[in-house]
Amino acid sequence: MKEENYYQQLKGIVQPYLPEDVSVDDISPDSHFINELNINSANLVDIVLDVEDTFEITLENDDMDQMQTVNDAMVIINKKRSSK
Amino acid sequence: MDFKKIIEKLPYSKPFLFVDDLSKIDRNGVNGSFCFSEDLEFYQGHFKELPVTPGVILTECCAQIGLVCLGIILLSEQKDTNFDNIAVAFSSSEMEFYLPVYPGETVFVSSEKLYFRFNKLKCKVKMYNASKELVCKGELAGMIKNSPNGR
Repeated sequence: MKEENYYQQLKGIVQPYLPEDVSVDDISPDSHFINELNINSANLVDIVLDVEDTFEITLENDDMDQMQTVNDAMVIINKKRSSK
Repeated sequence: MDFKKIIEKLPYSKPFLFVDDLSKIDRNGVNGSFCFSEDLEFYQGHFKELPVTPGVILTECCAQIGLVCLGIILLSEQKDTNFDNIAVAFSSSEMEFYLPVYPGETVFVSSEKLYFRFNKLKCKVKMYNASKELVCKGELAGMIKNSPNGR
């Protein structure tokens, strides 16, 4: 339940950074931010900063390197939230 | 790092280097200047009968001083920085322009860091003319990093 909630919140964060040819319905847990959702590396940083604010967590460089797909982001969010 | 060294590390050269001097630099901001010499080639076409510095060039000048020079300082604080392999990419700009800059004018750019996270630097920039009038201001962002293969 909580996880589904996080997923919806994450989709909401990603949505404004999607290029025009990608819709929010294209987002799936397996979506690769850069290769599939066509998000550039600068906007991926914005997504990470928004994730930090929304979930009240702090990401490190290693987390950023690992955050390739939507699912990767979910794993990091769940891990950081549960250790709070 | 002294100012001259920073300018040497910039990945630009004539005719696309828009930094002459830096006057202040620390991890939160930088001030620098550039003189738009009358023989810069774009004045021949912008505009046909009335040479005025294009807004994109003013933006570029703000970005080279405000983002790239500051980014070099911020990168130099990270370990293993090799300045022969700096990769930069301009990612966003939101500028407003107030006054024209004519050939021969010197402009002064001040930049204030908003954040530098995960190699993305976002800054507030302002450009003034020699009469201390605001020429343009805005927010610029770009990616800057050490890249082993230069990409």
